[in-house]
Amino acid sequence: MSSVHHKYLPTTTEDEKQMLAAIGVDTIEDLYQDVPKEFLLGPDDKLDLVGPHSELEVARWVGSLGKKNITTDEKVCFLGAGAYDHYVPALIKHLAGRGEFFTAYTPYQPEISQGTLQSIFEFQSMICELTGMDVTNASMYDGGTAAAEAAFMVTDDTRRNSVIVSKTVHPAVREVMATYLGIRDIELVEIDMADGVTDIDKLKAALGDDTAGVLIQNPNFFGIIEDMTEVEKLTHANGSLLINYIDPISVGILKNPRELGADIAIGDAQPLGTPLKYGGPYLGFFAATKKLMRKMPGRIVGQSLDLDDKRAFVLTLQAREQHIRRFKATSNICSNQGLVSLTTGMYLTTMGKKGIKEAAEQCIQKAHYAAEQVTKSGKFKLLFDKPFFKEFAVTSDINASKVNEELFKNDILGGFELSRKYEGLENGLLIAVTEKRTKEEIDKLASVMEVI
Amino acid sequence: MKIVEGNFYSKDHEWVKIDGKEAFVGISDHAQDSLGDIVYVELPDVGDEFDKGEAFAVVESTKAASDVYLPVAGKVVEVNEALDDAPELINEDAFANWIAKIELSGDADTSDLMDAAAYKEFCENE
Repeated sequence: MSSVHHKYLPTTTEDEKQMLAAIGVDTIEDLYQDVPKEFLLGPDDKLDLVGPHSELEVARWVGSLGKKNITTDEKVCFLGAGAYDHYVPALIKHLAGRGEFFTAYTPYQPEISQGTLQSIFEFQSMICELTGMDVTNASMYDGGTAAAEAAFMVTDDTRRNSVIVSKTVHPAVREVMATYLGIRDIELVEIDMADGVTDIDKLKAALGDDTAGVLIQNPNFFGIIEDMTEVEKLTHANGSLLINYIDPISVGILKNPRELGADIAIGDAQPLGTPLKYGGPYLGFFAATKKLMRKMPGRIVGQSLDLDDKRAFVLTLQAREQHIRRFKATSNICSNQGLVSLTTGMYLTTMGKKGIKEAAEQCIQKAHYAAEQVTKSGKFKLLFDKPFFKEFAVTSDINASKVNEELFKNDILGGFELSRKYEGLENGLLIAVTEKRTKEEIDKLASVMEVI
Repeated sequence: MKIVEGNFYSKDHEWVKIDGKEAFVGISDHAQDSLGDIVYVELPDVGDEFDKGEAFAVVESTKAASDVYLPVAGKVVEVNEALDDAPELINEDAFANWIAKIELSGDADTSDLMDAAAYKEFCENE
């Protein structure tokens, strides 16, 4: 039989024959001898697959599937709760699509990865500037795992075994923390909120000799700007560390974690130039004070000099990582969210300090305008009477899912239904307003909600 | 390879110099040579207590992070803070630059430790 060469497979049947001969078997089936016969497909078994199609046919079919999706291009997005419809500059898509960026892989060999290492170093530097912290790593997978790693870090540093987290922290973040901490038998103490913010009295009562750290989200899940002064004092007085989970856009206008006295600053950098996609991949960032540098998980890129005294970048502090320290490593992560941290770096460079500040200002102004319009008639009321950034929660006599149904009919993606994650907040709706939202869109939101 | 008389040595290349109820502990010249350039020493806290054989410090070089085990049981009464800013002191002189001074818990059990001569032989055969 002549050699068959399938268009998209690298080996011909002749290649296969040669490989089989080198291995010492007659057929590919011979290699599956150790698999019990009842699990193998027989010669009469047919997989329920359609046959091959042309590129045009496949494109047409996949395209029709894609058309079934509804995106934020068709529905105006007022949904937030951790993932936001911020503007992604066109520049990013074009740059990120370049082969050198798009396909670059793990930079373990500095000799051939200077470009990648430099871009990570720049990303790290910008996150340090945003958060006010001394050291950042090359990124975590998302905000949730960053929070879990921060919890590990504080228990490791203080050698205490309990971490306090406010219930005003994003529910999904707390769930991820519970998963991680449960495996290491670290106690996770959740404290109730008081009127939408961390309950200081409950925090005081919860702080103890075994408290390694306290995690507060700011702005919190409800969009509220928490007053960190009391929290910081109490936490440090107890010998515990303060972890601040932030919205990276918010520091364009609010005090950064360093100014608030945090030891660790973390969060999800999705708002910085990553589209919503289908919930991910997003980007966790992790920054800390110099004192905690050696306990930091993840990859860290450092700047050094080569043999010719020229600036060069390398992966550094690797002795912390699990390929050297093994089970005693700070974390099992040995990667970073490479492509997303790259596009985030591009976003930060494109926006600059001025751009971040502008975006933050527009968010806060538009969110407050929206809150005014939505609650004007009194049909909807603000759930919490507290200062907020780009999100606010409202409530009414109408079921929140009914509100969202009506909004959807009017081509609006409504807010997050709070009853899904918080008991006692029935009919509560969390609305997010980013710099992308126009006055017309906000007015429409208010007018539709008004007539439900 | 420098080996100091009068010290006891463990199989993990720690040295201990016992003086009555107290002892100084560090890593041997052989150990610092194997590790390479030391970039960081994680010191214990004063007051920490350890069993014999328990890890009480970490010595980090560019290629490895090694636990340091206490050859005799005791409580840390002093740590060599100079190592915070200059961890490379251990490379310069591993015996002069001790890591911790401990107060022994009871009598020191040196039955499994080696003297200088035995340690020299141990290193040669390793």
